[in-house]
Amino acid sequence: MGEARILLRSDAVVTGDRAEVERKLSVFELLWNDGFVRKAAIIIFLAAVWEAYGTFLDNPLLFPTFHDTIVTMFDKVRDGTIPLRAWASLKVLFMGYGAGIVLAAIFTILAISTRIGTDFLETMTAMFNPLPAIALLPLALIWFGLGNGSLVFVLIHSVLWPVALNTHSGFKSVSNTLRMVGRNYGLRGLPYVARILIPAAFGSILTGLKIGWAFAWRTLIAAELVFGVSSGQGGLGWFIFENRNLLDIPAVFAGLLTVIVIGLIVENLIFRTIERNTVQKWGTQS
Amino acid sequence: MSALLDVSGVTLRYKTSSVVVTATERVSFSVDRSDRFVLLGPSGCGKSTLLKAVGGYMKPGEGKMRINGREITEPGADRMMIFQEFDQLLPWKTVLENVMFPLLMTRRLPRKEAEQRARAYLEKVSLTRVVDSYPHTLSGGMKQRVAIARGMAMEPDILLMDEPFAALDALTRRTCQDELLQLWEETKFTVLFVTHSIAEAIKIGNRILLLSPHPGRVKAEIVDVDQVSPEDGSAGRLETQIHDLLFTETATAH
Repeated sequence: MGEARILLRSDAVVTGDRAEVERKLSVFELLWNDGFVRKAAIIIFLAAVWEAYGTFLDNPLLFPTFHDTIVTMFDKVRDGTIPLRAWASLKVLFMGYGAGIVLAAIFTILAISTRIGTDFLETMTAMFNPLPAIALLPLALIWFGLGNGSLVFVLIHSVLWPVALNTHSGFKSVSNTLRMVGRNYGLRGLPYVARILIPAAFGSILTGLKIGWAFAWRTLIAAELVFGVSSGQGGLGWFIFENRNLLDIPAVFAGLLTVIVIGLIVENLIFRTIERNTVQKWGTQS
Repeated sequence: MSALLDVSGVTLRYKTSSVVVTATERVSFSVDRSDRFVLLGPSGCGKSTLLKAVGGYMKPGEGKMRINGREITEPGADRMMIFQEFDQLLPWKTVLENVMFPLLMTRRLPRKEAEQRARAYLEKVSLTRVVDSYPHTLSGGMKQRVAIARGMAMEPDILLMDEPFAALDALTRRTCQDELLQLWEETKFTVLFVTHSIAEAIKIGNRILLLSPHPGRVKAEIVDVDQVSPEDGSAGRLETQIHDLLFTETATAH
């Protein structure tokens, strides 16, 4: 009978001149690894293209330069027009968004606690989710008149269905193990929803909130373009419409840019921060 | 002294979309305090279903299950479940918070004492290094050890373990088994352990209930399992005996 032999090798023993294990990255490499820096570079490039084309066209009525737009925007921000209009839009948005989320929460809780509730939610979302909120505006104008009531109504419609749909599908996909764990500790009813289902489905809920926000913001600006003025103070959509009528095209561009900037801030700052501190930290990003 | 867990004549059925499946038929056994009671059998013998029923997740079609004399009607923290799946830890809580969670939810302890106890049990499973990590950063073996610490920290009447080491690699599984036995030496908890591995059953248990498949019926009960040892070959012989018992069952069934 032979016996296996162990041959020790000295390769793994640390010697004086060791191979390069780590190397510091250069400053450029470090910067380029940052997604924010790369995206900022793209934005600067696009602004340059814009400026070049605007100068080449030389027709501020059709396509003002980047420089003109920024100057107008700066002026309008300084004299308070844009902040006031943006605030008017955001105020309506918060009302609609908040009411939509509350309704979505009620619908979803009904849906997970009874079977008929599930059927109700599924039927309602199937019917209303494909319906663009703005299509309800003519009807809303008849029901609620010219004013914030109509805007809030269409906003609720644009927020409610995507949020309810995503939350519900998130709840449904919570693993059976986690459900059993929750029930093992005697959790039932609302504490069970709050302690187990909501955090476990948080990725889907957040997706729903993001889609709801995007829908709401687009819907609001579009609806304001249709009528916009209520109690003397219109929002950003109305600002764009008004300035087009005055042929103040740089101001129209400034308005559009503001819509984009607010959208970017909410999506990249607010939602990204929530994501980083929740689903990314938990490793449950869907 | 009466048994801690008493299962008598339990038949369990569950519905799939088209048929009613009988998982176990008139199964009886009883578990005493500080037992390491193993339910062993091939797949389809209803051992996991039986464990879930003891956990209170399903009601028996006939028969009774009592823990400490009380009938089992619903899940409760007096029977802590430990699952096979790695996703049994709450991903939104750190390791420490996971172990504290049931203590707080059942209002067993105030926060400060819950934290102390959680830390103590995490030390027992030698996970003090990762108390503030989130579960997704842990390896499979570590996750199972956190789940065990979480179950033990509740100091339940009985721990219900559903093949907790089945999804681990062979080396980690052995470490975890040794650690579980070490923990048992320290605290003498009661555990009901489900497995399909004969070797694991012999290593973990002091009593083994052997179940036959389709539907699950009690085939044999093996006692004093902790008397055998792998050194003198008695564990190996027992393994062969159990294997033969299961093998003849399938031979006659076909």
